[in-house]
Amino acid sequence: MKKLLAALLAVVMLFGLAACGTADEAGTAEGGEESTLKVGFIFLHDEQSTYDKNFMDAAKKACEEMGVDYAQKTQIPESKDCYDAAVELIEVDGCDIIFADSFGHESFLIDAAKEYPDVEFCHATGTQAHTANIANFHNAFASIYEGRYLAGVAAGLKLNEMIADGTITADKAKMGYVGAFTFAEVMSGYTSFYLGAKSVCPSVTMDVKFTGSWYDEQKEKEAAQALISGGCVLISQHADSMGAPTACETAGVPNVSYNGSTEAACPNTFIISSRIDWTPYFKYMIECVEKGEKIATDWTGTIETGSVALTALGAKAPAEGTAAKLEEVKAKLLDGSLHVFDTANYTVGGKKVESYKADVDTDKDFAKDTEVIEDGVFYESKHRSAPYFDDRIDGITLLDENYG
Amino acid sequence: MKDKAVAKKKHEPLFHVVKRDDLAWWQVWLIRGFTIVLGVLLVIFFSMMITGKSFDKTFDIMFRGVFGRLMKGSTTMLWKYLQEIAILLSLALALTPAFKMKFWNCGAEGQALMGGLASIMCMIELGDRLSYPVLICVIAITSILAGAIWGLIPAIFKALFGTNETLFTLMMNYIATQIIAYYVYIKGGGSNVINPVEAGNFPKVGNNDYFVNIVVVAAITLIMYIYLRSSKQGYEISVVGESQNTARYIGINVKKVIIRTMVISGALCGVTGMLLVAGKDHSINVNSVGGQGFTAILISWLGQFNPFIMAIMTAIVVFLRIGVAKVADTALLNSSFSEIMVGLVILMLVGCEFFVRYSIKFKRKKEAKA
Repeated sequence: MKKLLAALLAVVMLFGLAACGTADEAGTAEGGEESTLKVGFIFLHDEQSTYDKNFMDAAKKACEEMGVDYAQKTQIPESKDCYDAAVELIEVDGCDIIFADSFGHESFLIDAAKEYPDVEFCHATGTQAHTANIANFHNAFASIYEGRYLAGVAAGLKLNEMIADGTITADKAKMGYVGAFTFAEVMSGYTSFYLGAKSVCPSVTMDVKFTGSWYDEQKEKEAAQALISGGCVLISQHADSMGAPTACETAGVPNVSYNGSTEAACPNTFIISSRIDWTPYFKYMIECVEKGEKIATDWTGTIETGSVALTALGAKAPAEGTAAKLEEVKAKLLDGSLHVFDTANYTVGGKKVESYKADVDTDKDFAKDTEVIEDGVFYESKHRSAPYFDDRIDGITLLDENYG
Repeated sequence: MKDKAVAKKKHEPLFHVVKRDDLAWWQVWLIRGFTIVLGVLLVIFFSMMITGKSFDKTFDIMFRGVFGRLMKGSTTMLWKYLQEIAILLSLALALTPAFKMKFWNCGAEGQALMGGLASIMCMIELGDRLSYPVLICVIAITSILAGAIWGLIPAIFKALFGTNETLFTLMMNYIATQIIAYYVYIKGGGSNVINPVEAGNFPKVGNNDYFVNIVVVAAITLIMYIYLRSSKQGYEISVVGESQNTARYIGINVKKVIIRTMVISGALCGVTGMLLVAGKDHSINVNSVGGQGFTAILISWLGQFNPFIMAIMTAIVVFLRIGVAKVADTALLNSSFSEIMVGLVILMLVGCEFFVRYSIKFKRKKEAKA
């Protein structure tokens, strides 16, 4: 027994020593936890997912530049766990702003927002803030369709180059698109991409396949391969894995990527990628709270705010003169002389669209409630930040549908 | 001559292991208690090494992660802690009768999911058709039935055909997961998430969401203690667990006991599913149980099938899980850190059982001389 006691004492003393050793250095950096503003971030996965990494990088950058503290919770599923995470960030870490990054977090975040009226809650990609009428709950998204449109222009130029050098004829200019689900966020994305390509290459058509998952490398790869064997000469995607880009690299088919550059893995086929940069929004919400101003209920980032970003062009794949053309189109989007969903530029069933009701307000029956066409333009992201364009325009063929 | 030479050359090992059963109960618990303290200290030590924070600070973060601002009068996090204990403990309690019978039920995950599925289906489909008290009763009955059926299927196969219950119950987990995935796919629309359902939620007690859950599990703990200790069925379970032949010899219907016990085990898992869905999430997804069905196996073992000791073990494991996760979050570490640390402590606890059952005799110099 004595031996046991001695051993126990020795261990305790060892830990005691270790404790003394580090106490001095670390002690000063901490403290004053409640004096400064603190932001709490809730992430669906962790840095392994390109989608979450995009948010995590922006969070770090924005908080460092604004000089505020932040705390984070990773791997938070779209369940009550999200509510619990928000409560923990408030109760334990003393956060003044809570941000969650996944669509399914929304309802649980609203529950927390009702309970903590003094804390600001911001949510990316959500749709309920503009109707929920909760003063401290806000949605945000970006007009990523403008980024997609620009990426589409780069794709169209590539097709033109292939037609000019005789690789394909103009009527064979068919693109392929790997989408996650058949709903507005994806449909708005591929339609704007297609319209961008069509603005420079009028004969272009497009096939779309859906995987039914935001992240499924195998399915995305197979979908891309199916599109390629179906005669598509250029591929783009709206899903979060490397499946489609790597399938393109193997087949030698040019690829327009998403979420960030995939050039490192696909040097021969990478053209360009569009992505949402969340840093401007994070800075905006921090600034609002610091100044005591109200955060917009439904905030839409644009090219102008720096929220819609394009990566650098690939070194090998893009057509000549792409950079200059992109600058030109970007300038037109910025000064308002060009609208992506201008009804003069697309038809549905062979006819120009005069009127369209979109499902803007969230309800059980997905009712089409709001007229979104004004002066011949389908105004995306105007009535709420999250996309609602879900019309099926001529020139795009849906090979399958998947609602998840 | 020959014998002497051998004796001289014989190399006595530095130590040898001897089985022992002479330890008093307090000595056994001293070893276990010491292991837990050592484990927690090790976890804090590793956390300190990685985060570079002091001992006090690390412990402070862990403590605040679990209890929140308890010192300032906020009990929110304390209730959440108790709720987490309740869920894990209730799964461990559900497994215990089966384990005591040496029926290795690894299917708590699936049985709880099926119970949860029954709850959410009642909440969605019957929510606006039944009055609240009736709805709660229907939820309770269907959840218990669903869990019980999911436990009954492998039990029947085991009792009648002697199939391996470990594999069978494990496979049933995967089937349950797929059924949940399909249901979420049907009901979740495009987002693959079932938004919280308002109907059929357990009532709040004094603005507290989890009070009902905690009381239910406390009651199950007490009942399970009495059931295993003092009831005839509890005794039958022990006998079947010790030796099926003995059980048969003294006239116990072994098949009946196996099936009955697994129905109880599955039904209690079903109750846990109901607590998760109606008492906490008000929704369901494939990760609703979150692997706790497997942690519960360890809790049941570590608690020596004694419900009260299991409660203490659960409190320790959950404290570490939440506390270390907070340390990891604070240092912006990957969330796997918490899982690794909890795994370390559990491994140490399993390892310490070796010292409970065996003693190590070191080579003594006196003996060597003689």
